[in-house]
Amino acid sequence: METYIGQSVKRREDDRFLKGAGKYTDDIKLPGMTHSAFVRSPYAHAKILSIDTTQAKAAEGVVAIYTAEDGCGAYGVPCGWQVDFKNGETMREPQHPLLAKDKIKHVGEAVAIVIAETQELARDAAELVEVKYEGLPAVTCPKKAMEPGAPKVHDDWGDNASFDWCIGNDRAEVEAALEQAHHVTEMTYKNHRVAPNAIEPRSYIADYDVNGDKWTLYTSTQNPHLIRLLLCAFALGIPEHKVRVVSYDVGGGFGSKIYHYTEEALLTWVSKEIGRPVKWTSDRTEAFLTDAHGRDHIVHSKMGFDQDGKIVAHLTDEYCAMGAYLSTFAPAVPTYLHGTLFQGVYTTPLIHLNVVAPFTHTVAVDAYRGAGRPEATYLLERIISKAAKEMDMDPAELRFKNFIPPFDGVNEPGYQTQVALQYDSGNYEAVLKRGLEMLGYEDFRKEQAEARKNGKLLGVGISTYIEGCGIAPSAVVGALGARAGLYEVGHVRVQPTGKVSVFTGAHSHGQGHETVFAQFVADKLGIAMDDVDIVHGDTDQVAFGMGTYGSRSLSVGGSAIIKSIDKILEKGAKIAAHKLEAAEEDLDYAEGKWTVKGTDKSISFGDVSLTAYVPHDYPEGLEPGLDFSSFYDPTNFTYPFGAHIAVVEVDSDTGKVNLQRFVACDDVGNVMNPMIVDGQIHGGVVQGVGQALLEEVVYDGEGQMTTGSYMDYAMPRADDVPMIETDRTTTPCPHNPLGVKGAGEAGTIGSTPAVVNAVVDALSHLGVTDIQMPVTPQRVWRAMQN
Amino acid sequence: MIPAKFDYKRASSVSEAISLLGEHGSEAKVVSGGHSLVPAMKLRMSRPEVLIDIKRIPGLDTITEEGDEIVIGANCTHSQVMRSEVVQNHLNIVYQAVSKIGDVQIRNRGTIGGSLAHADPSSDYPAVVLACDATIEVEGKEGKRSIPATEFFLGLFWTALAEEEIITAIRFPKVANGTYQKFFQSASRFAVVGVAAVQDGDGVKVGITGVAGTPYRATAVEDAYSGSADAAEHAVDGLEDLMSDHFADETYRAHLAKVMVKKALDAL
Amino acid sequence: MQISMTINGKTYAHDVEPRISLAQYLRETLNLTGTHIGCDTSGCGSCTVHVDGAAAKACTLLAVQVDGSEVTTIEGMANGNEMHPIQAAFKENHGLQCGFCTPGMVMTAADILKNNPNASEEEIRHGLEGNFCRCTGYHNIVKSIQHAAEKMNA
Repeated sequence: METYIGQSVKRREDDRFLKGAGKYTDDIKLPGMTHSAFVRSPYAHAKILSIDTTQAKAAEGVVAIYTAEDGCGAYGVPCGWQVDFKNGETMREPQHPLLAKDKIKHVGEAVAIVIAETQELARDAAELVEVKYEGLPAVTCPKKAMEPGAPKVHDDWGDNASFDWCIGNDRAEVEAALEQAHHVTEMTYKNHRVAPNAIEPRSYIADYDVNGDKWTLYTSTQNPHLIRLLLCAFALGIPEHKVRVVSYDVGGGFGSKIYHYTEEALLTWVSKEIGRPVKWTSDRTEAFLTDAHGRDHIVHSKMGFDQDGKIVAHLTDEYCAMGAYLSTFAPAVPTYLHGTLFQGVYTTPLIHLNVVAPFTHTVAVDAYRGAGRPEATYLLERIISKAAKEMDMDPAELRFKNFIPPFDGVNEPGYQTQVALQYDSGNYEAVLKRGLEMLGYEDFRKEQAEARKNGKLLGVGISTYIEGCGIAPSAVVGALGARAGLYEVGHVRVQPTGKVSVFTGAHSHGQGHETVFAQFVADKLGIAMDDVDIVHGDTDQVAFGMGTYGSRSLSVGGSAIIKSIDKILEKGAKIAAHKLEAAEEDLDYAEGKWTVKGTDKSISFGDVSLTAYVPHDYPEGLEPGLDFSSFYDPTNFTYPFGAHIAVVEVDSDTGKVNLQRFVACDDVGNVMNPMIVDGQIHGGVVQGVGQALLEEVVYDGEGQMTTGSYMDYAMPRADDVPMIETDRTTTPCPHNPLGVKGAGEAGTIGSTPAVVNAVVDALSHLGVTDIQMPVTPQRVWRAMQN
Repeated sequence: MIPAKFDYKRASSVSEAISLLGEHGSEAKVVSGGHSLVPAMKLRMSRPEVLIDIKRIPGLDTITEEGDEIVIGANCTHSQVMRSEVVQNHLNIVYQAVSKIGDVQIRNRGTIGGSLAHADPSSDYPAVVLACDATIEVEGKEGKRSIPATEFFLGLFWTALAEEEIITAIRFPKVANGTYQKFFQSASRFAVVGVAAVQDGDGVKVGITGVAGTPYRATAVEDAYSGSADAAEHAVDGLEDLMSDHFADETYRAHLAKVMVKKALDAL
Repeated sequence: MQISMTINGKTYAHDVEPRISLAQYLRETLNLTGTHIGCDTSGCGSCTVHVDGAAAKACTLLAVQVDGSEVTTIEGMANGNEMHPIQAAFKENHGLQCGFCTPGMVMTAADILKNNPNASEEEIRHGLEGNFCRCTGYHNIVKSIQHAAEKMNA
């Protein structure tokens, strides 16, 4: 019986957050703790001529100052994914030093770290470190970075490419099909750079304990075990069993807190050097300059259609910036998390994507909410809407013509795409139908026509997306270049009194695992939620884990917990059978007790638990205890999908876009907690709307970031957006025990193209066919002038 | 983010503030609400050695009606101005502008005097004091003087305020018919263009912020105005220091200036 | 400099450096870590507290500036174990996810409703313009505040 699954159970983590009692890393103070400040480069590309720390070392309260000369972390921070060149040449992977040595490769790169007794004194002393630079020309655009004569980010190689890559059908075959197509739609644009902007800045405390020769790193990360692994095995070469990584409450991640950052490794190293704990909390300027960014693709795409509007071929070339160094997942983002989604929800028979991934004199680009999939969706959904306009078709109709027909993955097989993946289950028509119904599409078109007569510019934009989540089958991602497995660990410890502690390798930084995981654990065990505790974010408590990203917590992490629950119930049944003097196969388990079928003889979960720990009257040969840990490695990705529809009004005088309505009908498989799923969608949608309308990281020609604060980087605010209208269809995932697909990224993936499609739709009668994102008032106005 | 070290002095009277300014000269900065200054100090773009807090000087935080004039004390917060019935009734243009400054929290701390003294070219008050023909009352070592708003703004973050002077109040003539129209910069919510327009007999007075390095009176608009909003076409006539950034280049900003002036004239 | 203020009903006196912000003072000296610092330059609103009954961004106030004031922080909102109606409404309506912006949101919401107990959706959204949330898309925050207003007006 399901008491909790599917219910909007209120979150148990909320009380502490609402009372200001959350425990974020910067809230932690350790005895004897020192503080640190970085000396960062004001240049994007420069030679370091000299560093003079004399004056700074003499400043009040200074404990130590380190530069690259001091031999910190000789190996640098590693990249976790390898994508080799098409010709077989190995990916070019520069060393990413903890402190810059000899040469600067992006603005904000750290040159020295100052440790002092207080934050203020560290900052004061950092100003006294004198660094002499020789500025060099920089390149920040990934396409320009590949032009002959472009300034080189790394001198080791002939050009700026880290790798190139392609996926799909033979290029010549796709080109031939495009030549014969009835209609070809073409687009060239930039999927611009955005900054993740978790509201909690990154924060780290490293604490070396000389007594046990042990390190504790408190860090605002999305995946503590992965950080420990990278830190120990690569960055510092220290024994993994001597390091504890703790990440209690984390104030949002959105991808940016997945990666192992140089500061984490450096602080860990420093702590042993000085024999004291050391803290660093990023300020917002540092966050803009050093947190990994998202997107930054330059795209040229062609899509061909036959006379009936069926897509016949799709060819795309992209330049995708890596930034100055390869961040942890960076090479995977424009490749395996991107090209593999080029099928979209359509039956396109021929697809080819070619990617060139250059280094640029900018901070790294890595996975940002959606990671590669928003970029794929933006492309498909914009080009299809553009094609519909060119072919004088309704954009909804063109989509219906091209949808992959419904399949449940059980009675019908999964859908094999042209780009490596096999979709699990889907019903793409259903979400769009429902979305259009929620919007009142036909009525809106009438309203739009009327409005146009009065000079009012209304537009509607549709986007039907699919994403690959639940990352991922280890063998598959291993073959694709991942240097780690992507399974998850779920450890269920039943205490002697029948209370249950669950240790998960997934990590909650807003997703509500403490509530949702307890919901299904309680249901599967037939006990009260109050009897279940969820523990995460501490490598000393949780055996292992791969953390949270890629909407994977429930589908992968949840499945690992289910595996352990199955083992507990299996063992529990043996104990119950013994106590009830019945055969195991004669027992039913329901509502927290084992009952002998057809009788009222039963034993409760609590009694079985106690027996397991007080095994006096106990099955022979059975180990005491009720405690199982499981690794779950999924057999496939999961494929949530949905339809997002935006309605905008454009001010004809100023070009300002007013987002009037946003409708989202998503299918994330089975839903554990509708309230939380809706919340994920709301937040994701607004993040995608932010990219469409407001947000943009701008580097000037010299590699200076001109949008490094909230004065210049426009974040979506409460009055920029309307209420988000949500609904769902449910197509369960056929290959995981909960039937879940994941909801964390859906909103961001679907929303961006819906908004831009709506703006272009509002202006289409004026001849506007495309506007570069973010569609700021200035850009919209200019498009109207042309 | 932490400011560089400084000494903090709290002035309990205008004369004390002035003498502290005399004592510390260019090394000192005056603070009232601090909502422009403190962030700049935290970014270490501003590093005064002495901060002179005038916030608690008695008598600088009142709003009074004096015949045909309204006098707003320099230390009045934006919220205080916004909630003042006197302002709402007799100086509604100020109410309109103030309610568009920053956000609730910033309005609760930022002051009219601080905003004018800071003279951010994208802030809202300058357009309003210009259009209203307000006077900025200041006091310094040499005594008191009144500076007409039209003579107050000299450039980017640069005013006619002498080094050892502080603003004590802003004197506005009552305005029966005025409006403030703002086009927000989407990140900072400062004005890309802010236009204050006041009906003046058959004519208009128009103050513009955000467009040029110095807020200005759009005299070309005023001269061309004869009851029709078409005069808005002249919003940037003769301007030489149009601002440009990635939100609005010169062309778009000039266009917006015309649009917003037209809106303002239509709203009168 | 010697300062004294009443925080959540309790009086504190400390000698602080003038450059210490109210937010730092609360967090570092008083261990009231519910007031969060997200941008440190009055952009994001995570540090919102009430100073003499009005919402203010504690990152942009020097502690010395508010010497003698009455300050309420998120820690002072609940009455013992009983949450303030705004806090309760945030929980009821899933008005928070990662929780980092939440204290600032609650404090701003209290200011909005104090000055406008029947605030409309538009007024609530406008009132929140100084507070960033990256998780919720604001949808459930607005709903929470509407819900709190209903309860508080009942």
